[in-house]
Amino acid sequence: MQARLRETEAVTAAARAVGVPAACHAHLDGLEAESIHILREVVAECRRPVMLYSVGKDSAVMLHLARKAFFPAPPPFPLLHVDTTWKFRDMYAMRDAAAREAGVELIVHRNPDALARGINPFDHGPLHTAMWKTEGLKQALDRHGFDAAFGGARRDEEASRAKERVVSVRAPGHRWDPKRQRPELWSLYNCQTAPGETLRVFPLSNWTELDVWHYVAREGLEVVPLYFAAPRPTVERDGLILMVDDPARMPLRPGERVVERTIRFRSLGCWPLSGAVPSEAATLADVIAEMERGTTSERHGRAIDREEPAAMERKKTEGYF
Amino acid sequence: MRPQDPAARAGPLRRGAPPAAAAPAEPALAAAAPGLLRIITCGSVDDGKSTLIGRLIHDCGALAADQLATLAEDSRRHGTRGGELDFALLFDGLSAEREQGITIDVAYRGFASRKRRFLLADAPGHEQYTRNMVTGASTADVAIILIDAARGVRTQTRRHGFLVRLLGVRHAILAVNKMDLAGFDPRRFEAIAGEFAAFAREIGLAAPVAIPLVAPAGDNVVSRSERMGWYEGPTLLEELERVPVEAEAALGRPLRLPVQWVSRPRPDFRGYAGLLASGRVRPGDRVRILPSGVGATVARVVAMEGDRSAAYAGQSVMVTLAEEVDCSRGDVIAAADDPPEVADRFEASLVWMGDQPLLPGRQMTMKLATQTVAATVQPPKYRLNIDTLERLAARTLGLNDIGVVELATDRPIVFAPYAEDRTLGGFILIDRETRATVAAGMLHFALRRAHNIHWQALDVTREARAALKGQAPRVLWFTGLSGAGKSTIANLVDRKLHALGRHSFLLDGDNVRHGLCRDLGFTDADRIENIRRVGEVARLMADSGLIVIAAFISPFRAEREMVRSMLPPGEFLEIFIDTPLEEAERRDVKGLYAKARAGRLANFTGVDSPYEPPAAPDIRIDTTTTSAEEAAERIVRAILG
Repeated sequence: MQARLRETEAVTAAARAVGVPAACHAHLDGLEAESIHILREVVAECRRPVMLYSVGKDSAVMLHLARKAFFPAPPPFPLLHVDTTWKFRDMYAMRDAAAREAGVELIVHRNPDALARGINPFDHGPLHTAMWKTEGLKQALDRHGFDAAFGGARRDEEASRAKERVVSVRAPGHRWDPKRQRPELWSLYNCQTAPGETLRVFPLSNWTELDVWHYVAREGLEVVPLYFAAPRPTVERDGLILMVDDPARMPLRPGERVVERTIRFRSLGCWPLSGAVPSEAATLADVIAEMERGTTSERHGRAIDREEPAAMERKKTEGYF
Repeated sequence: MRPQDPAARAGPLRRGAPPAAAAPAEPALAAAAPGLLRIITCGSVDDGKSTLIGRLIHDCGALAADQLATLAEDSRRHGTRGGELDFALLFDGLSAEREQGITIDVAYRGFASRKRRFLLADAPGHEQYTRNMVTGASTADVAIILIDAARGVRTQTRRHGFLVRLLGVRHAILAVNKMDLAGFDPRRFEAIAGEFAAFAREIGLAAPVAIPLVAPAGDNVVSRSERMGWYEGPTLLEELERVPVEAEAALGRPLRLPVQWVSRPRPDFRGYAGLLASGRVRPGDRVRILPSGVGATVARVVAMEGDRSAAYAGQSVMVTLAEEVDCSRGDVIAAADDPPEVADRFEASLVWMGDQPLLPGRQMTMKLATQTVAATVQPPKYRLNIDTLERLAARTLGLNDIGVVELATDRPIVFAPYAEDRTLGGFILIDRETRATVAAGMLHFALRRAHNIHWQALDVTREARAALKGQAPRVLWFTGLSGAGKSTIANLVDRKLHALGRHSFLLDGDNVRHGLCRDLGFTDADRIENIRRVGEVARLMADSGLIVIAAFISPFRAEREMVRSMLPPGEFLEIFIDTPLEEAERRDVKGLYAKARAGRLANFTGVDSPYEPPAAPDIRIDTTTTSAEEAAERIVRAILG
């Protein structure tokens, strides 16, 4: 017991350097144990699992947990990035390095139909997400025959996620039927599938955004620099601050001009759809402090959630992750 | 780690002010236990439950400004409070539910106070949704049971109390809400608290802490009520901040590590991974691997950041053993001097969650800790009326029914009574066809210990018996509608095999019902038992080296698969005598279809009882294009190669 105390103190000392309150360690340990349990359980019971890797902070945490779960072996599944060709350059830069460091195969899938039709967020609105992400994901899962896909979604992100199971069954065709989800009791997960069914698995279900940042700090994880404030070229459009990540691909509307603002991102997706927040939080400690004062929730800046009421729920029934 | 832990007090989770001093917990225990407190709320929309939860989260300061803005907009659109903040809407996640104005599923929400992280499961109080409350309660450290002060203890309150006890939630809080409607009357509060305490004693639920509240206004939720100065107990949040978590209790019990995954990245490393259910583990500990009972010594507790000197209940770990022993997923690594029991027949409480009722005798998949086995449930001993706790006679269990049953597993499993150990006592049952989770169960005790039943090892092996006959044992399972031609073709196959000098035996559906199965009728449950018995007989005959020919309607896929699973791979051949219903009915050799159509024969397959054709039979005979003679020839060729 004494040894355990010493370990706890050592971790605490390391964490204090980046401003993680000691009170967090207890529940971070509990969340970590639960997530690792979920990862191992699905790997033990499913034929061919895959981890969706979107290069965001949640993906960083999920991949780290997978490394811990299977250490000293590398995680026994590949990573899948469903690429839209519209992610931030910083994200592409980090993606390949992260997979290499974890010792896992990285599969990148781009929907060939979307590519051929030149689907983009400026001209095609909701079709962009539907084709690149929803359809792209279904194609990739079908093509490789994956029967379970880990995703980094959390229950605190959005109301319809709060009722999502940890292991969520998708009917043939990848549709989500919220009325036909299996009850989940204790730490027992039913990972069985009938022919044509697949699973979505959310090991971070019970984490909050703040938990994720505390854990990133405690474990010293690398995340995309876009989460930290810096002067960046931006335009304001439809009430969102958008970063001009690639000027050549961003047509300006009449009256718009590119302004340098000090901003950061809470949540990362396609750059023309990810709203930035004005912020001075340039370090991990600043980000955590900002969040503890927090006035906006995380998906606030996500344009796709705001298309209509219950937008997320409708997307999920169609197969969006 | 509990919030009372000195280390925890060093830094609050949210916002500035330091938490109040509290008695420090035993430090070693506190350091190892996770601090996340899991809560289940029981009550209905009418009791103001969603409002209470919303208020609790709001007053902890855990809502962001934009969430408040969304809530304000939702309150205007869907609210029931005339435009004021309707906290109930925070939890109504799915749009279909919003339209109905009720929560119909379990929603989970994490939030934090200054002292503690919480995970709250919101389960609806509506009576048809027992399954949701049981689901939420299965992981809860504490239950908040909500009562409307104006209405007092009702049937629904007692039901919630009983379910909390059934699921073994260790702490309960009685939230007496709407005290404003009861005139803030302390006598009313005491009366309700007293009545519930008496009920709690009766059912064996630990005495709950009762708190008077007004949820919409926030009285005694987070801030102390000025309108109820007579109340001296804790606020709801204060009480939640001091409840110990389940893992702390588990730490004091002997080591139980259900093996989840065996890691073999290289020949010299074998790691056993799992979530430590109870106790602690350190290098050098003597352990026993169950069910085999083999002893071993813990060598290392492996972790990515470096080996640990110990690991504790609630942690996901990987250990290595000093000895080379047989240990795989489903086994339990346990304290050598205090191992759990192993058995294969149990009494259990069952909460039925499937849309289709329980079919006694049908094989299901049972998952308990990391063990996955086949299990069958006997007809219920009784069903509980959870409003009166009366024991009712029952032949089956329907959706949301709770009953007590006997249950048998196809091999011995490592277990503990649920009251002592949630991990080794709680299980789910999975339907083999739909793969849905159809029941949650809690083991009470073993009906007989596995170490008392011995399998008599026979000196003459089944291989030796078959070799003497110069043949490979087979079970040729003929399935199809009544009048399809099963018996006719089976007879021909038997004759041909006999003529070829093979040792065969024909089990006929009609014949066994004169003896072996004469106590059985034609209900679904009896049909299942009929096939189980015939399956066992066929297996014994196959063990003796025979080619067994079984001709049975055997209408359900699940039972045919059960017989297949009794035999070594490849020995069971499913032969589908495929005759369309119209054709079988036209032939009506025994005149049974006519009787059934006239209503003089109930549960007749194809008429008022279903037939599930094989999805992928080993041999399919289409009797509209194949003669009986051709069919028999084809089958004999297929098995003799």
